[in-house]
Amino acid sequence: MNCIIIDDEATARAIIGQLCTNVTSLKVLEDFPNAMQAIKYLNSNAIDLIFLDIHMPDFTGFDFIDTIKNPPKIILTTSDPNFAIQAFGYDCIVDYLVKPITPERFQKAIDKAEAIKPTAPVEKASSGQVETSSGNDLYVNIDRRLIKIDIPSIYLVEAKGDYIQVKTDDKNYTVHSTLKKIEDKLPDSLFLKIHRSYIINVDKIIDIEDNSVLIKKDVIPVSRSNRPELMKRLNLL
Amino acid sequence: MEQPNLSYINSMSGGDKAFEQKLIGIIKAEFPEEKEVYFDNIAAKNYKLTAENVHKLKHKISILGLEKSYDVAVNYENNLIDGATDGKTDFESILQIMTDFLETL
Repeated sequence: MNCIIIDDEATARAIIGQLCTNVTSLKVLEDFPNAMQAIKYLNSNAIDLIFLDIHMPDFTGFDFIDTIKNPPKIILTTSDPNFAIQAFGYDCIVDYLVKPITPERFQKAIDKAEAIKPTAPVEKASSGQVETSSGNDLYVNIDRRLIKIDIPSIYLVEAKGDYIQVKTDDKNYTVHSTLKKIEDKLPDSLFLKIHRSYIINVDKIIDIEDNSVLIKKDVIPVSRSNRPELMKRLNLL
Repeated sequence: MEQPNLSYINSMSGGDKAFEQKLIGIIKAEFPEEKEVYFDNIAAKNYKLTAENVHKLKHKISILGLEKSYDVAVNYENNLIDGATDGKTDFESILQIMTDFLETL
């Protein structure tokens, strides 16, 4: 199998490269410190297998998979075990290796990859760690556990880089996902995005002043473009 | 305090001494750079970026066989994501131990 390695850490690329040398069926053609360089390479080279890091600056491993057409077989390599559920959503991902990768575990992943026929065009998976919602519940993946959150108890969702913080009446949850993904899972009747970094539960508003909303003890900015929609949602006297 | 070792490197190299030296060289070159970025970001209180730096450093912590220190780093990374710096002192002690160890290689 012709393969490439994508990882922003030189140490990781060296280790995976060395592990590959012990497998006669593998031929490492290139390695890349970022996904963008690999995308260019894939445009003109046929590859059977990619060792792909998830956590990379600017463009994550999942962004990479979502970008390429007909991805080959992919073995994810990561220091973060929390993406396993998300990984299962992709047909092209044949295994998930948590660093540091042992030779035994590496061989097992290669055996899996060799046993699988080349992948069909991948179906888009729901990215992010926000899982299905049913009725009033939303499941989020935290430390490999799917935790149920009662949707009406959520009063605020805040974007924090690659993560979101979901604040409920009882507890706060930090989840690796995006505001867009959770927005799609929350009912429009109850929730409204009032700023590019905030979604609020409209029922939980205490007061509104100028360009901010007080919700519980949090003062949240309202962007100018979202203010008209917020005002429409209020039962104004 | 837990001390670094080369058990993992020895186990995955398959006895290839040249590779072991090459890998140690890569770690010795990359670790100070990652550490510097970490200290810049924590000084600037940019906790999101600092969490990413800790995430990346975790791999080297595990490569050097620091299993308990790895857990300390995981907790510190999670705290940084929440905007807190609990675990900073312990994490930075681990970085120093790694620095001292790498200087002996």
